[in-house]
This record gives sequence, C-alpha cells and structure tokens, in this order.
Amino acid sequence: MAESKTPLLDELETGKWPSFVKEMKQAAEKNPMARDLLDQLELSYKDKIGHWKHGGIVGVKGYGSGVIGRYSDRPDLFPNVQAFHTLRVNHPTGWFYKTDALRNLCDVWDKHGSGLTNMHGSTGDAILLGTRTEHLQSCFDDLSDAGFDLGGSGSALRTPSACVGPGRCEWACIDSLDVCYNITMSYQDKIHRPMFPYKFKIKVAACSNDCVASIARSDLSIIGTWKGDIQIDQNEVLAYAPTIDIQKEVCDLCPTRCMEWNGKELKIYNEDCNRCMHCINLMPKALRPGKEKGATILIGGKAPILQGALLSWVIVPFMKLEPPYTELKDLIERIQDWWDENAKSRERLGELIKRLGMRVFLRAVGLPAVPQMVKAPRTNPYVFFWPEEIKKEVK
Amino acid sequence: MAKTDIGPPDYKTMLPPVIQRNYGKWRYHEILKPGVLMHIAESGEALYTIRAGSPRLISTDHIREICDMADKYCDGYLRFTSRHNIEFLLDDKDKVEPLIAELATRNYPVGGTGHAISNIVHTQGWVHCHTPATDASGPVKALMDEIYDYFVTATLPNHVRIALACCLNMCGAVHCSDIAILGIHRTVPIPDNARVPNVCEIPSTVASCPTGAIRGDMKNKTVTVNPEKCMYCGNCYTVCPAMPIADPENDGISIWVGGKVSNARSAPKFSKLAIPFLPNNPPRWPEVVDAVKNIIEVYANHARKHERVGEWIERVGWERFFTLTGIPFTDKHIDDFDMATETFRTSTQFKWG
Repeated sequence: MAESKTPLLDELETGKWPSFVKEMKQAAEKNPMARDLLDQLELSYKDKIGHWKHGGIVGVKGYGSGVIGRYSDRPDLFPNVQAFHTLRVNHPTGWFYKTDALRNLCDVWDKHGSGLTNMHGSTGDAILLGTRTEHLQSCFDDLSDAGFDLGGSGSALRTPSACVGPGRCEWACIDSLDVCYNITMSYQDKIHRPMFPYKFKIKVAACSNDCVASIARSDLSIIGTWKGDIQIDQNEVLAYAPTIDIQKEVCDLCPTRCMEWNGKELKIYNEDCNRCMHCINLMPKALRPGKEKGATILIGGKAPILQGALLSWVIVPFMKLEPPYTELKDLIERIQDWWDENAKSRERLGELIKRLGMRVFLRAVGLPAVPQMVKAPRTNPYVFFWPEEIKKEVK
Repeated sequence: MAKTDIGPPDYKTMLPPVIQRNYGKWRYHEILKPGVLMHIAESGEALYTIRAGSPRLISTDHIREICDMADKYCDGYLRFTSRHNIEFLLDDKDKVEPLIAELATRNYPVGGTGHAISNIVHTQGWVHCHTPATDASGPVKALMDEIYDYFVTATLPNHVRIALACCLNMCGAVHCSDIAILGIHRTVPIPDNARVPNVCEIPSTVASCPTGAIRGDMKNKTVTVNPEKCMYCGNCYTVCPAMPIADPENDGISIWVGGKVSNARSAPKFSKLAIPFLPNNPPRWPEVVDAVKNIIEVYANHARKHERVGEWIERVGWERFFTLTGIPFTDKHIDDFDMATETFRTSTQFKWG
C-alpha cells in the first residue's frame, strides 16, 4: 500500500463527529485544486503555520465586493492553488433552500472551482472555497444565471442576515426574514461596491433570544420586542406544572421578579417586565409575547478590532416594522451618511460614536435622548451643553 | 453579460409549503427528543425539524447527499442554521424516524437542541486564511469528537455555545460565547528588508496598522515595527506579504468563558479570559480539548438548572471559578487595555476561592 501523503490529517478522519478531512478528500478525488489544498493543509499541520497570502485586487466586472483574493505562499509545491480565491454568495434569507437551487449551486462550483464550500461563512454567505483568477467572471456569470448573487466584502455593507423568525418560530415579534430581504434588495449597491469607511453589518433577530447574535456581531442590530402584557393561557401554565417547577425555574429566575405563582395561577406584573424571554422560552404553550409588536434598534456592535469589542447600544427602544420599512431605512441612511462623513478610515460606527459622543450622534441623526438608552446616567460632572442652552451675557 | 445586483434568491420561493401556509402563525413548539423539534401552528398543522451536525467545510458531493435525503423525506426543502447545522424540514410525522435512521447509517449526528452543545461556530484557519494563529476545522473536529455526547443529548444546565476564531480579527466574532477558543499570535511581524522594497507599498503598509506601530524607513525603503504598540493582528501582512507574523513556536490558542448573546434572564455579555495560552499541537490539539472539556464538566457539575456558563460564574464568583476549574490565575488575566479599571475590584466583597 502506498504511504499516505497526509498522515497528520488522516488522524482527523476518525472519531464520531463528521470529518472535514473526508470532505476534502472526496473533493480531491476529482479536483486537482482540492488535492493541492489538502496537501498544503498537511504541510501547515506539519509546520504549524498557515501558507496563504492575501493581496491583489481580484473580482468580477462591476463589483468591488464578493471575492476574497488568496494565493499560496508555496506555489512551487502546490501549483493548483497558486491562486485560490473565495466567492461569497449571498444566501437565501434564513438559509432556506430548495434542493434544486442547492444542486445548481453545486454544479456551478464543480464547473468553476474546487468543489469545496462552507455552508455557511461567519457573516452568513454561502462560501465557495477557492478558484483561479480566470474562473471568477465565468463563475459569477453562471451563478447569476442560476439566480444567485455575490455578498459583501471589504468596506461595504456586508450580507445582512436574519434568524428563522416567522418561518418557524412562535416568538417572532417582527418578520425578520422580510426585513432582512427587503434591506438586502434595497442596498445591493452598498453591498457590491464598497464605499464606506469600513465594514457595516446588519442582523435581524425576531426576539431578544437573538439567534443571529445581532447584538454582538452587527453595527446595526434589529431585535424584535413587544409592548403591553405577556399573553397568558392559565390552563396551559397548569399543564406545565408537572414537568417544570414554576416557582423555582420560572419565577425565581425572572430577572425583575415580576411573577407570582400560587400553584394555580401565574400573575405577571407587566410594568416590571424587561421582556427577557426566559419565562416564554420555558413555557411556549402558555406564555406569548404581548400583542403590540415591533423592534428595538441598537447600534455599534463589533468584534475587538480595533478599540475593543462592543455590544450594540439601544438608540430606538421601539419601532413598528411594517413594509416598506420606510422609517427604518430612513434611519439607516441617516446613520450611514453621518458615519461616512465623520469616520476615519477603518473606524467602525461604534468607535466613531465613542470618539465623538452619543450626544453628537443623536442630534446628527435626529433621535431624542431617552432613559432606555443607558444603564445609568453619567457619574462624572464633565457635562457639555449646546450653545443655545447657555445664556449669552448681555453687555 | 450576466445580470448584476439581482440579490439572493427570494427566500419565499425556498420555504416548504407547510411553512408558507403557516408563516407567522406558529403557536408553540416542543423538543420531542434531542435534535427533533415539533412546531405546531394555529391551524393545528405540525412542522418537524431534524437537526444534524455538519463539519461546515463540505464538498459539493456532500451537499448533493443532503439534497438526496431532503428530496426523499422533505419534498426537497431544508435549511442551515446560524451554527452551521443542517435542518431537514418535513410535515409528515411518519417520515421522521426513517429520516433519522438514514442519517444514522450515514453517520450524521442528530442533536444540538435544548440544553446541549450545538455545533461550534468557526473560521477558516490554515485551510484558507492568511493571518491565522491556529487552524479552525482541526481543533473543532478534535473537540467535537470528544464532546460528541453533549451534542446528541441535552443534559447540561443550559446550552453551551462554543465558538472558535483563528486570530483576534475574529471573523467568527467569538467574543460573546459561553466558551471561546481564540488563536493568538504573540510576536511582532518581522519585515523582510530585502523583499519589502519590491513587494510592498510603504504608505499603505504604514496605514494598515490599527495602532500606528509601523513607521516608514524611507532611506532603506522598508518599515519598522514598534513592539510596544503592536498587538499582533496581522493586518499589515494583508497588504505587505513581506512581513510575516506567523510564528510556529509562539502562536497558539487562548480560552475565554462566560459570554452570551441572548437576553434571557441576564443581559448579553462578553466572554472573559480563562486561559491565556495553550500550544498548537496538531492534529488533535490535546491541551485545548482537555481544557475545554474540563470547563464544561466543572460547569455541568456546579451550575444550577438554566444557568449559562457566565451566569454560573457570576453567581459563584470568578475567584471560585479559578479554584473549581484548577486554572491558574496570572497577571495576564488582569486587563491593561482601555477600560481596564472597570474590572478591578472596588469592594471588600470577595470569596477566598
């Protein structure tokens, strides 16, 4: 038997969890790019170092986004991945697929690329992993014919993403899928032609469980919520009592202690509720969000680069979200215009607000200051007033 | 010429008929068993979801195999989750068990629901990134092999979200995970003064540094790096391939714990540093796997029902977290960046460990 060229990676074919090495080997059987990728990865496992270079602007006609340039630093050893660029393909909102669409995507990728993918990448796109420069345009042309388009990359609006929302979830307070699709279709230009100071991410979660991590991972987070009382079906509460310790698991873990349970009836003091979702998560049959539904809009969330990670901040406690989402889109555009005008290169929205002040931001985009925006008012006395708030001395 | 700016396919054309009929009218759901969800609509119709694990890096043949099963059991409809799982969507209850049986014969793990460990969100690593400090798919595979039982059962106090990013640029945005595995470089990029003049543009290299650590050396047509300012992000290597940052002996992995994004009970929070450095030890990263397993097991034994990792740690205190896990506390755990003082203790209320 011939000795394996990939002894280290072979060890990752064993074990119960599905193996990416098996996937790479499967692709390598019919594709020389996938073969060289596998062998280069083996070298990385041996050297404990990556073997990719960035560099060179590559892309498709008319777009500045959607293709990530990648070159091997050992083209002498792995000529088939000398150029091995990634295409980001905008996923159908909510990652729903019909198999015919997925098969089309596979056919295009077998024809033009390595046959390897990520389903899906971190931002949400379907990732087509690796092809040569000369294949990019023809691959895009075939993708377009199959009904797909590229997602965002670089200093652009990145591919927006959404939770499953009303497609399957009883907790959906907004139509996260429709909001996301509407934004995506409205802003194709901002996605495909990078013209911002840096990246801009939008994620839509239909309730505060936030299954798309919008509060941590997007510059603009749209999170469904409600006003008014949690809807209670007391009979269904009783029906949960044999399987859930309602006092201990529901009432005692409520962060605002706004619930009382006497063994027969659940009482909720709704004015104290902060809509955290814990009780509804535990008893979906018995408790439902209130009837007046909308979204909280938050901004500034990001990973650490550059000035440290940020979680998004509340800027609009409640906004009704109904098609055509004019109020939301007007706000997004005012925010992006202000950011575009004021940010330094590679300064994310949250960092710009940190630098110039929330007060300045709110005035610029025309939003009123409300207590829901802060955990607490300031503790330092370094207060700025606007010129018109100061009495001018009369001489 | 192909059409541009057509956007993604309309999701409405991708929804199974049972979802189209009951869109926005779901009443409640139950987890029938690990990996199997039943959603009941106001109409009384049921939607069954079978969730299966995936290595994320998958071949077109694998996608076609998934399609074959979706055609056979689900009238051709499926979706993927935000954690890379595959979800088969069907309305015929009689097909649920046969689908699970076929998934078992093909070695797809079914689970990741409820108080389980779902799939690990992760990045590209050595497979396809230019600044990784570790691999992504490899550590994930090694770890999921070891904690597989937590995926196919739901026995933990609450779900544990694990994520891996192969450098601190964090395209995986792991910073709010119950357990985050983060690749780190620890040494500054070294400009190759012979190559920089030929392959790099000095002004753009200087501008690429987020902390202003790079200065132009116009006389020698190269750049210098200030080690006091560099925090090892690798952005300069992106624009100047002649200043490699990777360092096989010093690159490795750090472990962070206690983050969450959901608002349930406690507010969303960042993960905090648990272990500053573990070595890269391919192909199975035993130090990393052991460290994560230890944290999971201590959490499983000590947390109360419904407590996430961060909620448990906040209840018992970080000082007790280090005692219970046996993880050494070092000077690296004490913040010295921007808002560091906010994390210093300003009371006499603490535990002895």
